[in-house]
Amino acid sequence: MFTNHKFIAFETIVIKEVRRFMRIWLQTLVPPAITIGLYFVIFGNLVGRRIGEMGGFDYMQFIVPGLIMMSVIQNSYSNVVSSFFSHKFQRSVEELLVAPVPNYIILAGFVVGGMARGLAVGAIVTIMALFFADLQVAHPLITVSVILMTSLVFSMAGFINAIFANSFDDISIIPTFVLTPLIYLGGVFYSIQLLPGFWQIVSGVNPIFYMVNAFRFGILGSSDVDVYWAFVILAIFAVVLYAGCIWCLRRSTGLRH
Amino acid sequence: MTTAIAIHNLRKTYANGFEALKGISMEVNEGDFFALLGPNGAGKSTTIGVISTLINKTGGDVVVFGRDVDTHVYQTKLDLGIVPQEVNFSQFEKVRDIVMTQAGYYGLTRKIAAERTEKYLRKLGLWDKRNERSRALSGGMKRRLMIARALVHEPRLLILDEPTAGVDIELRRSMWEFLTEINAQGTTIILTTHYLEEAEQLCRNIAIIDKGEIIEHTSMKKLLAELDSQTFILDSEAELSGEISFSRENVSARIIDSHSLEVTIGADIAINSLFSELSEKGINVSSLRNKTNRLEQLFLSRLNRNGRSDAAVQG
Repeated sequence: MFTNHKFIAFETIVIKEVRRFMRIWLQTLVPPAITIGLYFVIFGNLVGRRIGEMGGFDYMQFIVPGLIMMSVIQNSYSNVVSSFFSHKFQRSVEELLVAPVPNYIILAGFVVGGMARGLAVGAIVTIMALFFADLQVAHPLITVSVILMTSLVFSMAGFINAIFANSFDDISIIPTFVLTPLIYLGGVFYSIQLLPGFWQIVSGVNPIFYMVNAFRFGILGSSDVDVYWAFVILAIFAVVLYAGCIWCLRRSTGLRH
Repeated sequence: MTTAIAIHNLRKTYANGFEALKGISMEVNEGDFFALLGPNGAGKSTTIGVISTLINKTGGDVVVFGRDVDTHVYQTKLDLGIVPQEVNFSQFEKVRDIVMTQAGYYGLTRKIAAERTEKYLRKLGLWDKRNERSRALSGGMKRRLMIARALVHEPRLLILDEPTAGVDIELRRSMWEFLTEINAQGTTIILTTHYLEEAEQLCRNIAIIDKGEIIEHTSMKKLLAELDSQTFILDSEAELSGEISFSRENVSARIIDSHSLEVTIGADIAINSLFSELSEKGINVSSLRNKTNRLEQLFLSRLNRNGRSDAAVQG
């Protein structure tokens, strides 16, 4: 198989994935926009006015980067986990497995599809945020790098979840019981400085805390952590998850008998 | 002659310990129309699964057009087209998109993919349905869609796992014509089916698999030549009664009802002589049909020889 053939296979998977989430935009693009819009109105506007400043910024300005990051994480993850599991459930994954498509192309296609949805929702949320807060991007390169790497990492995490999932329940357990608590405790709504010493240490083991803060640094120019550590953590997660995905595909975990 | 596929000592034991394939070996030549027959659970779909890499084998080799599927993954996959037994495309996608996407997986450019998609959807009578969601198709249409999808990269070897199951007779015959046409154009075809009439009409060579073992691997002609007797049902114009006997030893008859007679004749006896003798007895035959398909008779006898009862075979 020539390189061009591999690229066509990759492009085909990405187009199929984008077409899928665009076809069901009422389920994929609108609900996160409404949810995050409500956060802006309730927490940012109504409650936020009484809170005052957080980390040296208006409360609304403070929560915007975290809410954008939250939408990117949730949507990158859920796109890949639901799409790949649905391929398994309908057995249409067999179309890919019988074709001469290398494992890394399968992974790349689904991950880029997940990133496309994560970033599309992130863009919608960002546009909505402009109606509520005055946003300036302090460090554009860091902002873009962090959002891309975070989306990449959670798309791969969603892929692994889908590989091991045997039922629709299995694809909602991790987002509900792991992802959501980690995001909420990852400094989206508060600065770590508000926490007692012990809980600051506990927050330090939450990887999402670093991602949210690095993204906040990219937009506002201020963060609770050193951005360097955020990139190190993101890089480690990216490498480990990539290796895990390829290992599962090679072993055909959950795909072949 | 080139060997399209050679299977040597193929074994598969599932995680639950069930031994689905016990070291089967068989060869299919390029250009052949080959039948792989066997009762339910015999190992046909497992064999196809292993060939298509959807099932991991426990041991043995599969060589497609001279290349081992383990070491020449990409080329062997390009040479293979698979039509599975169960529907395995997305129920939410449009017919045309399903075939176009599969073409993309095989690295075909959009232009070629679009041309081939139109070609095969037209040939299989699905072009009018191209913009419909696949879940709206009938069972027969879904099977034809899977054939179009398997052909879009124009494989040299097409494997069909019960492609006509549940398809009405008219559609089945049009699928036979289509498969005969692509076989005549050079595509090697391996077919599994429960319709033995289908295998007898279409296939030149045959293997019968049972309990994970190949119990027969020969040409269709040779196999059919082994029939030592045939049973016919004759419809009589006049009412039948009493016992009917014949002058020859290897002819026997039994009255089924007042106008139908079941006659079993040896392979060495010309059917004309049977009519002559019946005529002498005042029985005029208005119509005649085989009691069972010839291949079915042989198929059942092979399975019985392999320790199966008829009920188990049919069940």
